[in-house]
Amino acid sequence: MKPAQFEYDDPQTLDEALELLARHGDDCKVLAGGQSLVPLMNFRLARPGRLIDINGVASLSHITSESGRLVIGAMTRHVELERSTEVARQSPLLTEAIGWVGHSQIRSRGTIGGSVAHADPAAELPAALAALDATFHMRSKQGARVLGWKQFFVSEFTTALAPDELVTAVQVPDQDPSTGTAFVEYARRHGDFALGGAAVTIKLGRDGRCENATIALLSAGPAPVRAEAAEKQLRGARIDESSIHAASVEAVKGLHPTTDLHGSTEYRVGLLQTMTERALTKAAERARSMTG
Amino acid sequence: MNRKISVEINGQVVDGLVEPRLLLADFIRDNASLTGTHLGCEHGVCGACTVQLDGRPVRSCLLFAVQANGRRIATVEGMAPSATTLHPLQQAFHESHALQCGFCTPGILMTMEAFLREEPDPTPERIRSALAGNLCRCTGYQNIITAVRLAADRLQQTRA
Repeated sequence: MKPAQFEYDDPQTLDEALELLARHGDDCKVLAGGQSLVPLMNFRLARPGRLIDINGVASLSHITSESGRLVIGAMTRHVELERSTEVARQSPLLTEAIGWVGHSQIRSRGTIGGSVAHADPAAELPAALAALDATFHMRSKQGARVLGWKQFFVSEFTTALAPDELVTAVQVPDQDPSTGTAFVEYARRHGDFALGGAAVTIKLGRDGRCENATIALLSAGPAPVRAEAAEKQLRGARIDESSIHAASVEAVKGLHPTTDLHGSTEYRVGLLQTMTERALTKAAERARSMTG
Repeated sequence: MNRKISVEINGQVVDGLVEPRLLLADFIRDNASLTGTHLGCEHGVCGACTVQLDGRPVRSCLLFAVQANGRRIATVEGMAPSATTLHPLQQAFHESHALQCGFCTPGILMTMEAFLREEPDPTPERIRSALAGNLCRCTGYQNIITAVRLAADRLQQTRA
C-alpha cells in the first residue's frame, strides 16, 4: 500500500517538462493531480521508474476565452472548473459534469488534463468533452498537434498521446445560446465511478424542432461513445416524450458494456437507456427555456 | 534520490530529507509526529487522511511529501485555539455525539472546516453531499450532520 521507488522531477516550465519527457518518455509517468495515478502506485499496479510532476508548470493552469472558444489549460483543477463563471456561461455541461467527479478532496487536486490523459471510460469529463466536440492540444519537443476527441480517445486508459507528449489544453467550441445541455449518471454511491451516464446537447430551432443533438455515453464501451444514429434521428424531429424515448432506445443499440460485479451487460444497457432519456428530457427543457 | 523539503504544518515549519515516494500522510505522522491524521484505505476512498493544503481539503495519501515543499498544511492538531478550548466544530461534534470510534473524525473535521468557510449556512442536503468523501462506519452520519449544522449556527453567530 505504499508506492515503489521512483525518480522524481518537478520542472517549472513547459520546455523543461517536454525536455524531460523526450529524455525519459518510455519509463516515466506525468504526475498531474495524481488522483488516479497515485492510488494505482499505492497498489503497485503502476510502477513508473520516474515521475515528472508538472504541478509547478504555471503556464498550464488557465481558463481563457479565445474568440468565443473556451480554452482550458491542462493543469486547471476540477475545483477551478467547477467555480468558473466563464465555464458556467459558455459550457454549462462541463460545470454540471464536474459536480459528479469524485469528492471535494479529489476535486481540489484533480485536473482536466489528467482526467483526459488517464482516459477512464467511466470518467465524466471525457464523455462531456465528447458531447461538446472538444479538441485536445498536445505538445512534445518535436512540436504541437491538435486532435479531436474521437482521435484522442483510443480505448480503455489509452489515448493517442505519444510517450514524449503532454496534453497542454482542452478546447471547447463556442456553444449557441439556444442549446440546452444535461449531464446525468448513476453510481451506487455519490462520487464513485458511474455505472452508466449520458452527456447530451440539444439545439432547438425557431420552430421548436431539433436542429442538432449530441449524445455521449460513459461506461458504455472502452472509450466515450457517441450515439450517432440516435443523434441523426433527433435532427429535424419535434422533441417530445416519444421522440426522446425512441432516440434513447436507438442510442444503446449495439452496445456491450462488460458484465462485472457491479452490473450485468443487460442491466448496464438498460441503465444507459434510462440515463440517455433523462438527459435528453432535461436538455430539451433547458433548450426550451432558453429559446422562450 | 532523497530530497530536502520544508513544509509549514499548523504554522510550524517541519524540515525533512525524504524519498520522493513518501506519502504526505506518512510525513505528517512520522516526520512531524502528528498522528491525528489517520490512514484508512491509502487509495483515496475513505477520506480519513484528509488535511488542508493551502486551505483546501486534500487526501494526504494521494500526495507525495515532496509536493508539499514550501506549502502550508493544516491538520486536526491545529484546529483548537488552545489546550482547553475546542474549535466550534469539534465542540459541536462532542456535544452531538458525532463520533463513536473516532477514526474518521479528523478527516471529517478537516473537510467540514473548509466546507463551512465556503458555505457558512448549508442545508442538511449540502452537508450530506460535502460529507460524501468521508466514510464513517459507526455513526450512521445523522449526528455528524446535526453537529455540522450546530457548528454552522454558532460560527455564524460569532461572525455576526
